[in-house]
Amino acid sequence: MSPHQLTSHALLDLFKSRQITPAEAYADVVNRIKTIDPKVKAYVHMAQGEPDFNGAIPVPIAIKDNLCTKGEEITCASRILKGFRSPYDAGVIEKVKKSGGAILGIVNMDEFAFGSSCETSCYGPTFNPWDLKCVPGGSSGGSAAAVAADEAMWALGSDTGGSIRQPASFCGIVGLKPTYGRVSRYGLIAFASSLDQIGPLTKDVRDCALLMNIISGYDDRDSTSVNEPVPDYTKALVNDVRGLKIGIPKEAFVDGLDPEVRRAVEDALNLLKKLGAVIKEVSLPHTPYAVATYYIVATAEASSNLARFDGVRYGLRVQPKSVRKNALVDMYEETRSQGFGDEAKRRIMLGTYALSSGYYDAYYLRGQKVRTLIKNDLDEVFKDCDVIMTPTSPTVAFKVGEKLSDPLSMYLSDIYTIPANLAGIPAISVPCGFAKSGLPIGLQLMGKAFDEEMLLRVSYTYEQNTEWHLKKPNL
Amino acid sequence: MSITKEDVKYIAALARIDVPEDKLEGFTKSLGGIVQYVEKLQELDVAHVKPTSHAVPVGNVLRPDIIKPSLTNKEALAIAVEAKDGSFKVPLVIE
Repeated sequence: MSPHQLTSHALLDLFKSRQITPAEAYADVVNRIKTIDPKVKAYVHMAQGEPDFNGAIPVPIAIKDNLCTKGEEITCASRILKGFRSPYDAGVIEKVKKSGGAILGIVNMDEFAFGSSCETSCYGPTFNPWDLKCVPGGSSGGSAAAVAADEAMWALGSDTGGSIRQPASFCGIVGLKPTYGRVSRYGLIAFASSLDQIGPLTKDVRDCALLMNIISGYDDRDSTSVNEPVPDYTKALVNDVRGLKIGIPKEAFVDGLDPEVRRAVEDALNLLKKLGAVIKEVSLPHTPYAVATYYIVATAEASSNLARFDGVRYGLRVQPKSVRKNALVDMYEETRSQGFGDEAKRRIMLGTYALSSGYYDAYYLRGQKVRTLIKNDLDEVFKDCDVIMTPTSPTVAFKVGEKLSDPLSMYLSDIYTIPANLAGIPAISVPCGFAKSGLPIGLQLMGKAFDEEMLLRVSYTYEQNTEWHLKKPNL
Repeated sequence: MSITKEDVKYIAALARIDVPEDKLEGFTKSLGGIVQYVEKLQELDVAHVKPTSHAVPVGNVLRPDIIKPSLTNKEALAIAVEAKDGSFKVPLVIE
């Protein structure tokens, strides 16, 4: 097996036994990218210069294009940030570098993370390694595709409504959205500040625990970072679910759920039951309102966050030839009109509408109140359950172009992932089978706030008793 | 509640986005569809529900007022589209 095909923990074992050096492993992955990426198009550019491999975990890593990395052009896959070379490292990038992490390059995403398919990127789409005619999911589609195609040992992504878990599911890998506040958002270019969280995309659950150990922890530069002690997540990798209570929301198994996805998740459920878990049917009565709530709250926050992209300081600036209002306002409008793609404009306008005078109470305030109801539903279920299990996505990966012209149907692909963001709780996607088409299926586990360990334990047990995570796409 | 072309023009102006005539129809339609979808939130009685603005309840987060190292003026301006006299330069605002 070539180094790039290994998991990060297997590669670390080889470093320890001196069978390969970090520099050799890095060169092997770079070579893999050169061979495969012209097909997958996960990367938007390779990193500047060679890493120093100076640290305990010198593993090659891919970074999503919204995480500020010193000296790299970071654009959120948007024309409006073209030319922005970050003058500083995000909190997670500092931690990755300190651990010896070797940054391979910057990977693709939906523009400003607005999408579930990686198609709204100004660089063009990334393709699913399992079927190049299909999307890799999004918004962290580049991160997921790179890991699935062995073009990175692991990757960082961000998740606002499912942007780590849904692409992990579509690409047959593991993706974790940590508890809100677990990982510093300092240096993450904001989409919806009350929902965004950075997390790992990895080849298996052990790697997920290892990368969580690297990136977790308090950071006083993010005022929403929570000062809770960080456990050693690898200690949670226990192959035992006996007596654990798994809640199955009856609302999750409704119309619109692909029968093949349903069967795979039900099989997983039966396996966990056989391994000793206690299955409980539960109800989350307000989940049918989650997508609507999300598209109010998230776009309102986005419209405010994206106001900073105005051509004044960095990125793109376009001055129209003729004066319309005045030189400065004309510059704002021209820059934003040329800089943002259509989906970004749509979301900014939707958020502006939800916050505008006369509509604030009917949309934004009401959305925040329904958010409370959704959170209360989850709190209630967690009084008597250790985890909640659902599919990660109602379908497997769809075809490139299939949903691009219908924003609402794209939004609905996040139906299972959104509640965890609204409630701030952690959630993981792990591979649980394949459709007849050969495309991967993922299951989602949601946990209590700051109980990532329980998610890792249940997913590790599931993984140790299945072989889905060992399958590789044929590229 | 439906969205008209006039609404889209108004929102676009608030958001400092210029929507050209040939895109107006498309945005009106897609925004209208989404607004219609989120109407389902009106079905719920939320009169006695407190809004959640943040999943983790945090109050004001304060820190000691101590100067820490940060970017120098030169480093900060290295990313500027246009700079002059140690500042970001913008088009003339007041004639």
